[in-house]
Order: sequence, then C-alpha cells, then structure tokens
Amino acid sequence: MRFISVILSGDPPRGIVLSTLLALIFVGLTLAPFLFPGMVALNVAAKICYFVVLAASYDLLLGYTGIVSFAHTMFFGIGGYGAGLALYNYGPSWTAIIVGTIAALVLAAALALVIGLLSLRVRAIFFAMITLAVGSAFSILASQLSMITGGEDGRTFRLPAELRPSFHLFDGAFAINGRELNYYLIFFASLILFLLMLRIVNSPFGRVLQAIRENEFRAEALGYRIVVYRSIANCLAAAAAALAGVLSAIWLRYTGPAVTLSFDTMLDILLMVVIGGMGTLYGAVIGATIFVLAETYLQYLMAMMSHTGMPLLVRLFDPDRWLLWLGVLFVLSVYFFPAGIVGRLRKRH
Amino acid sequence: MKPAAELKLPVQRPDIIPLLLVPAVALAALPLVGSLSTWVTLTLAGLAMGMIIFIVASGLTLVFGLMDVLNFGHGAFITIGAYAAGLLVAPLAGWLQADSFAANSGALLLMIALAMLVTGVIGYAFERIIIIPVYGQPLKQILVTVGGLIVAQQIIIAIFGPVQIPLTLPTAFRGSLIFGDVAVERYRLIAVVVGLVIFAAMVLTLNRTKIGLLIRAGVENPEMVEALGYRIRRLFVGVFVAGSALAGLGGVMWGFYREALTPAMGMDVLVLVFIVVVIGGLGSVGGCFIGALLVAVTANYTGFLAPKLALGSNILLMALILLWRSRGLYPVAKR
Repeated sequence: MRFISVILSGDPPRGIVLSTLLALIFVGLTLAPFLFPGMVALNVAAKICYFVVLAASYDLLLGYTGIVSFAHTMFFGIGGYGAGLALYNYGPSWTAIIVGTIAALVLAAALALVIGLLSLRVRAIFFAMITLAVGSAFSILASQLSMITGGEDGRTFRLPAELRPSFHLFDGAFAINGRELNYYLIFFASLILFLLMLRIVNSPFGRVLQAIRENEFRAEALGYRIVVYRSIANCLAAAAAALAGVLSAIWLRYTGPAVTLSFDTMLDILLMVVIGGMGTLYGAVIGATIFVLAETYLQYLMAMMSHTGMPLLVRLFDPDRWLLWLGVLFVLSVYFFPAGIVGRLRKRH
Repeated sequence: MKPAAELKLPVQRPDIIPLLLVPAVALAALPLVGSLSTWVTLTLAGLAMGMIIFIVASGLTLVFGLMDVLNFGHGAFITIGAYAAGLLVAPLAGWLQADSFAANSGALLLMIALAMLVTGVIGYAFERIIIIPVYGQPLKQILVTVGGLIVAQQIIIAIFGPVQIPLTLPTAFRGSLIFGDVAVERYRLIAVVVGLVIFAAMVLTLNRTKIGLLIRAGVENPEMVEALGYRIRRLFVGVFVAGSALAGLGGVMWGFYREALTPAMGMDVLVLVFIVVVIGGLGSVGGCFIGALLVAVTANYTGFLAPKLALGSNILLMALILLWRSRGLYPVAKR
C-alpha cells in the first residue's frame, strides 16, 4: 500500500467505484494486445493512452490553474510535427525521434512562455481569446507551409526497425511483434508522464496553483507571483502536450493538421476533461477513455437508433452527429456535475 | 468666489493616439506599396473589410462590456444569421436577380431583418437558459458558451447538411466601380454604409439616450444602477438580445462577402473577432471600431506586400498593441 501511495504521490483515487474503474482501465490498457485482439482495438487502446496524457496536461491548466486555453492542440501538433518531420527528413532512427522531441519541447515551452507573458498579465479571459487566435493561426500556417509540413496531407514516415510489425521480440506464447512493442512504448511513456503530472499537482507548486485558482487576490497577498506561477504551469502543460503529440506521431506513423491541430480536437480535449472531472487528473483518464470509446463505438449504436423514427430524428441520430450529444452532455455536466464523473464518485476528505 | 461659468467640471483628456493608428499604418504602407492607385484600392478594400468585421464584433464587445460575459456562442449566432438569410434566397429570388438596386436592397434589408429577428430570439433564449446560471463565473461561462457553440453548430449541420451552400450576391451588388485606376467592389461600399450606420447608431444610442446612459453606468458600476431603482437584469437581457441580433446582421454581411454558407463560418470569423476585440480593449465600442479597421487594413497591405506573412500579421499586430497597452487600445474603466 505504501508503495502505491508513493507512486500516486499520496493522491489516490479515493472511493471504491472510482478505484475499480481506474484499475479496470489500467489492467485493460496493460494487457490490451492480449485481451483485445485486432488492429481496431489496439488502435483504440493506444489512442486512449496518449489522449490521457493530453487531457491530463490540459487539466493542469483548466482544472488546477483555472485558465482556459484554446491552443493546446497547437502544442500537441508541435510534438507530432517535431517527431514526425524528424523521422521523415532524417530517416527512421531513434536519434531522429530524440532530436525531434527535444526541438518540439523547446519550441512548445518558448511559445507558451511568450503567449503567457502577453496575456496572463491582465486577465485570465484574455488568455482564452489570445490562445484561440494563436492556435488557429498556427494551424493555418502548418497547412500552408506545405514544403515543410506536407500541407493538408501531412507526412507519413517510417519508424525505427524495432517498432515495425515485422520485428519479433520473443517466440512462443508471449511473442511480441514490433507493433505491440510500439504499443508498450506508448503505454509506459504515457503512464510515466501521467504519474509525473500527478507528482507536480501534489507538490507545493501544485498547491500554489490551486490557491491561485481558488482566490487570486489572496494568493497574491500571500506573496506568490501569480503571473510567474501561471506561466510556469502553462509551459509545463505545453511541454506535456508536445510529448503526447510525439507519442501520437510514433503510433500513427503519420502527422498532419487534421489529427493534431484542428479545433475539433481541441473541443474533444475540453469535453474529455470537463466530463471526466476538472482538477483531479484522474478525470482525464476517465474522460479520455469514455470519449475515445464513444468516438469509436457509439457511432454504431447511433446508426441503429437512426433507422427508426421521423426524418429530423434520423438526422439528429445520424452517426456523424455524436458530437451534438456529447455537446449537450458537456453543457449539462458543467451545470449539474461541475466536478465531473470523478468528482461524483470521489469521497470527500 | 469665481463666477459659475469658470467653474469647470474635471474633464477627461481625450485619448487620441489610437485614432491616429489607422492613418499612420496607411501612410507607412504608401511608400512600400509604391503605386498610388493600388494603395487607394487596397486601403478602401481594407476599410470595407474592417466595417464587416466591426459589425460582427460589435455585439460581442457590447455584451462583454456590460455583462462581463465572454460569449463564445457569438460565433453560432453569426452562422445562424447567415443561414436565416439563406432561407430567403428562394422566396426572394425575383428581387435578388432583378438588375435593380432598389429591389436588391429591399431583399437585402428583408434578409437582414429576418436574420436579426431569428438571432435576437435565439439570443434571448440563450441568455435565459444557458447564461443566467453562470453569471460571475468566467471559467464556466467560457465552457458553457463553447458547449452552446458546439451544439448549435451540430444542429445546423443536422438541418442544413455539412456541405457548403452558395450564396450569390444580388445582381446590382456585383462587380466593381472604377474611378480612373482605382477599383472598388460595390458590395464593399454597401458594407461601408451598413457599418457606418451601425457605428453611428451605437454611438448615438450609448451617448445620447437614457438607455445608453444606463448601459454606460451599468458598465461602470452595476450595483449603483440597481440601487437607483433600475432593473439591471432587464438591461442585461436587452443588451444581450441586441448583441445577438448584431451578430446575425454581421453573419448576413459576412455570408454575402464570402458568397457561401458553411456550418463553421461563424467559428472561422470568431477568431478574427477576438483579435479585434482584444486590440480594441474588451468592452469598448470605439476601440472595437478602430481595432477592426486596423486589423483589416494591415492584413490587406501585408497580403499585397508579403502574402506569406499575411496570416501572422494579425497576431503580430495584436502582440505589438498588447505590449504597448496591455489591456487594449481603450480599456473599459474598472476592469
């Protein structure tokens, strides 16, 4: 128990239902290649992994710091393009991945710092508007610089030999091919990043962030420079999002504006964090899992619903309209469950 | 004791530097552009574009100034307004296709009226249902209005389909007027007229009527207005409906400018609107006007001089303005 508590930075899920859910997700993801055969299931599992990191890094801003950013996909995209373009231009090697990752981290943190200095000085609301503007400009820029980024089509690239399906690690019952090895790389990297973020929010630094979120004036009066703290949180979140982007690029063997930079992805992250539960980090896990599963499987369900009923009803239940219902769920959860699913399930101290 | 005539109330010194920005940018661009006629064409086109952006942005800044609500749903109202106008294309086809300025203008006015009516009513419902529970909670406001935006956008797709719908300009509004070497698109002139009318109406209402006085007082100090016996909530609703209707009007102008309707059109322009509102100072109508002109004119010049940079020019402009005045050109008093 003591060991688990240390791993979770003394911030366990609390509550039986929540712990069970999280344990199920953890076991499911750990054994995904063996439990759920087939490419679709493995893709879903990997997507959940890097979206957990992305959503958790967004929760660092939204839930813990109390500021709304609309440029989070930009940092996700910087990570994706960093690793992707390095692999594309310098061939499939680990060095390329590392160089691309470091370049992406530096760019993401620097950009986050500049945006923060411009907008966080005044009011948090400025931050929402300015990040929206910068994020959309960046996404258009990425589509337009097609010489470098491949434009709308993006770039497809090859991975180092160890991560290709033709690579085999063991023989016999526990045979693992490169694809599965790739999955475990994504999984463990995501796990480490998540635990690292849990460590950050439960550190004294994390406490100051929460103090600022709860009462800006009082935190400032106690001597904490809120601009400094918010800027650091912004940079950390940006760096984590960039790493999630690197993971997504490695898994998809592709990077492009539609999967990383689009405003739709931004809304997805927002929905994940709010529905899962802001300010808990575990909410990001629950939210990302539910969302990715819904995105993949809910559409089948809605396809069945749309076979019955009136014409407009058919259109409203069209499989492509699933975002409509998640939007409704989102608004309702902001009103009635501001703490999200995790907040509901979690016991008070 | 001095005679009464000499006792002056303390007057705030008018802040004129922002007013000089647009002419300054225009003059600075003149030598770079080179040809005078090209410069005039670019400037006029930019000013007209600025007018459209101003119409779209004015409602947002008005609502923010009084109610302190940043409404991401504004983007949805823009789209809804444009689609509402699109509904009239078929019934008014005769008027729209006639090569008569009067018939075309009549059709445009009817479309604008319908769009403003629809967005006004939806705005009323939006305020009642979506926004009332979250007054004074900025974080939730952003989340809830973004949620409203998603839902509205999806409903539009469910009703009208995801594909682009063409929206052709009325016959008499097409083409350009040529003065010597200078070409001005007719529709842009119409946009300038509409924009100026809206700006004048807003300035006059805010500065010369009792409602305007109450709104300005409400921006300054809502508790005091309430203490004087005015129902600030009613004022809020009225301003929100007006702001939504302005978004609808802006949507019609924007739709005709792009000559197409898409479900994401409101969201696309919302980015520009935010840049303008941030530059002008959140809540300020005058700042919004200058900001819109400044953004459009700058974008036009950079688009001509260095097309690759055009995209970044808005962001760069915003960054420079915020470095100079961190709260925008005309920050609204208390905030």
